[in-house]
Amino acid sequence: MEILIPVIIVAVIGLIAGVGLSLASKFMAVPIDEKQEKIRAALPGANCGACGYSGCDGYAAALVAGEAAPDKCAPGGADAAAAIAEILGVEVKSEAKIAFIACKGGCENTITKYAYSGIQSCGAANGLSGGPLACEYGCIGFGDCFKACQFGAIKMENGRPVICPDTCTGCGKCTLVCPKSLISLVPKDYKTAVACSNKKKGATVVKNCKVSCIACGMCAKACESGAIKLENNLAVIDRSLCTGCGKCREACKRGVII
Amino acid sequence: MNSNTAIASVLLAAILTNNMVLSKFLGICPFLGVSKKTGTAFSMSVAVTLVMVVSTAVTWPIYHFILAPDYTYLETIVFILVIAAIVQLIEIVLKRYIKPVYNALGIYLPLITTNCAVLGITMLNITNGLGFVQSLFNALGAGLGFMLAMLLFSGVRERLEMADIPEFLKGLPITLIAASLVSLSFLGFAGIGG
Repeated sequence: MEILIPVIIVAVIGLIAGVGLSLASKFMAVPIDEKQEKIRAALPGANCGACGYSGCDGYAAALVAGEAAPDKCAPGGADAAAAIAEILGVEVKSEAKIAFIACKGGCENTITKYAYSGIQSCGAANGLSGGPLACEYGCIGFGDCFKACQFGAIKMENGRPVICPDTCTGCGKCTLVCPKSLISLVPKDYKTAVACSNKKKGATVVKNCKVSCIACGMCAKACESGAIKLENNLAVIDRSLCTGCGKCREACKRGVII
Repeated sequence: MNSNTAIASVLLAAILTNNMVLSKFLGICPFLGVSKKTGTAFSMSVAVTLVMVVSTAVTWPIYHFILAPDYTYLETIVFILVIAAIVQLIEIVLKRYIKPVYNALGIYLPLITTNCAVLGITMLNITNGLGFVQSLFNALGAGLGFMLAMLLFSGVRERLEMADIPEFLKGLPITLIAASLVSLSFLGFAGIGG
């Protein structure tokens, strides 16, 4: 009998707590939109913040409130956008995106301007006269983008970042941290791209970097659909005109078009 | 000693001398886990302080009017039960009535359910034989002490992020070393406030 009283005490306290909680959750429940729950389930749940909201919950709430477009979720991509659009009953046009680094340089291909021994981050190095490499437009190679990537889609190879197309979700986190603004989001099935951002004249560029666009114009001549133009000493490809024939890639002596 | 100075001394002792994290080594999990940024450290500390005070207000009467004197050995299990329920209740109430606070605390509120610092302070109040009002102030002090430790340490960690740390110390090792040094500095408060 001795054991009965303590058991009853714990049981009663537990019961009071349980009943109290269930009553509280019933009477003080906040009505959650059914749509919001469904949308939340359709989102990948990475809480990466690429949509511009505090997390998947915040984005779902904004979607229900009609404040957000359904194609903002980068990790979820087209699948999530389609699912959200179906729940909300709207149509969506979206294409999968991928990060692209407009530089092929890095410490192997570019001449070093000075020896840098400070904090190993692109942001810090960039503050010191644009970083230790001679090309002031190019990749510094300390891997700020590599550190920013939540999905492990950026690898550092020979001192420069390489994007792994299979794991890149196109969330765009890396585009924000690059002090040189080299990374941009491009359509996942992009056919051609110019991997150089140097706007200096050809003679200077040639000296500084082995893989740089010198604006020779060979690609523009080779292009049959007239998609390539030269702007600011750089080849620029108009994706709406590009047929993906690959003639520019063959024509480029510097290996900059990929 | 009149009651005001007694309460002031309880408060001071709880914040500095008997600092939950740095002197009693309770609540190390959030101390190491959520102290990376000052903002989140602050949210977590506010949530912990709130839960500590409310749990003390509930567990003290339970102990003294229901458990004492025969069933004091039920202390731990009953306190855990009550604290878990209180945290859930606070979450529901905040969500209903003070939505901004609920949003600001976010994930940190439910995390506190299993925070040993909360259970620790409620049990220490009983062990030290404090009265009801003193217990409340002790809990408030412990919460503020937790906040002080979190904010100090998040500052240290934000500096560590920028420091050039040897490869073998990067991450958790340097964090633990830093924690021990911060804790060591709190040894200087020993003896103040009783």
